[in-house]
Amino acid sequence: MQLTKQRPSIAGLLAAASCSLLNQGVSASEDDKWQVETAVLLYSEKDRVDAVEPVISATRGFAGDSTLTIKFASDTLTGASPSGASISDVPQTFTRPSGKGDYVTPAGELPLDDTFKDSRGAVSVQYKFPLDRRTRLSTGLAFSKEYDYTSMALNATIARDFNNKNTTISAGFAYAEDTIDPEGGIPIAFAAMAPAGSEQARDGIEEDKTTTDLLIGVTQVINRQTLMQFNYSYSRAEGYLTDPFKILSLVDGVSGTTLDYLYEQRPQERVKHSLYWKTKYHQLGGNTIDVSYRYLWDDWDISSHTVDFRYRMPFAERHYIEPHLRYYSQDQADFYQTFLVTGSPLPNHASADSRLGSYEGITLGAKYGYRINEGSEFNMRVEYYEQTGDGSDRTIGVARGLFPDLEAVIVQLGYSFSF
Amino acid sequence: MKKMNIVLLALLLGGCAQWGVEPWERDLLAKPAMQLVSDPLEAGLDDHIYFSKEASSGGASFGGGGCGCN
Repeated sequence: MQLTKQRPSIAGLLAAASCSLLNQGVSASEDDKWQVETAVLLYSEKDRVDAVEPVISATRGFAGDSTLTIKFASDTLTGASPSGASISDVPQTFTRPSGKGDYVTPAGELPLDDTFKDSRGAVSVQYKFPLDRRTRLSTGLAFSKEYDYTSMALNATIARDFNNKNTTISAGFAYAEDTIDPEGGIPIAFAAMAPAGSEQARDGIEEDKTTTDLLIGVTQVINRQTLMQFNYSYSRAEGYLTDPFKILSLVDGVSGTTLDYLYEQRPQERVKHSLYWKTKYHQLGGNTIDVSYRYLWDDWDISSHTVDFRYRMPFAERHYIEPHLRYYSQDQADFYQTFLVTGSPLPNHASADSRLGSYEGITLGAKYGYRINEGSEFNMRVEYYEQTGDGSDRTIGVARGLFPDLEAVIVQLGYSFSF
Repeated sequence: MKKMNIVLLALLLGGCAQWGVEPWERDLLAKPAMQLVSDPLEAGLDDHIYFSKEASSGGASFGGGGCGCN
């Protein structure tokens, strides 16, 4: 028996890197058995959106180390979402997207569009199989449909192990084609919102967008307790990237009185890049640390930092508790404006969608898990998520373009089993 | 250029070879809690939440999407 460590030369290592498969990510299921994961997410924003999302995923292993995963998800949204219009000192009347009615936002309140109620169904299939002893291919298809939105996507990732399975290099590609056919049709860029009952000129009934993603990554085992991952991703979206329901207030440059509501317009292309680093660390006492950082930047001038930290503490053999902290900060898009002002020429692009603004987000919560037996677990997490605007607020006269701070509660129940 | 890429890859892999474990030292790394994505469903649901509420997505895997999220 030879237990002494041998460190071959680099050339030798490269040659000797013919190692067997590294089962990373979801642990491979046994042949002829389904591993089923179920969860339901309850997402509730204060005074705004409520969402319920059940999801079920089933994975089966086959001879030859291949696995098949089928996943179904659906979600139902109700509530109200900021329309982009500014707060005013008088009540404001907005036309519903259908053009057939209107709603009034009281003076001094943030205009929220309460018309949307949507449900979505999604299905995806992923098949992973080995190409040789140290190379795996994963391919997938996804389809989702909601009332006014259809998406089809495909992906493929190849992963190859080196250095006695301690290094894995992967490269992936994904492509998605989406179609939107919003209630009432596609608004004309910067067209004024017509009063309910009168004709709103439209730019057709549907639009498309395509998204191409490329990802390359390295996963490295550092030592017995530490695993690290480093990714670079590139994503290019082309086509209709505007939100057909979002508007901007057009206000008087002195008094701030609202004169009109104009439909927003975004560029036809967005290229974004991200660098992602993750470390998993197993303390000898049994606790595990999961920490990641992402830096993202794009050609809309948005950049963001995301730090995610989870600390899993097992106790009493079958239980664990896992506190979670996530910090997010984002710089606004170069065409983000809280409102437009009369007198100055219209820009090529403008949006008051707060998701393109400058803000910080904090998520704080914890997860509890109970392992019922091998392959079967119950878990629950409760988290609080908050977004706070970061200096892009603007006031002219009575018009107040404020970042609509957000508070939400996330509750998730999960149960997994095999049969 | 191609030659340079090969040299770079060799250097990278050579560098990575300083780290790592032997097959019999994988006891901790094999635990479910030590998988890169220890709960794929939770990761998917989080991606959906933050894709809908923030201007960033992806990084760990592909950028998500497939919804006209409000």
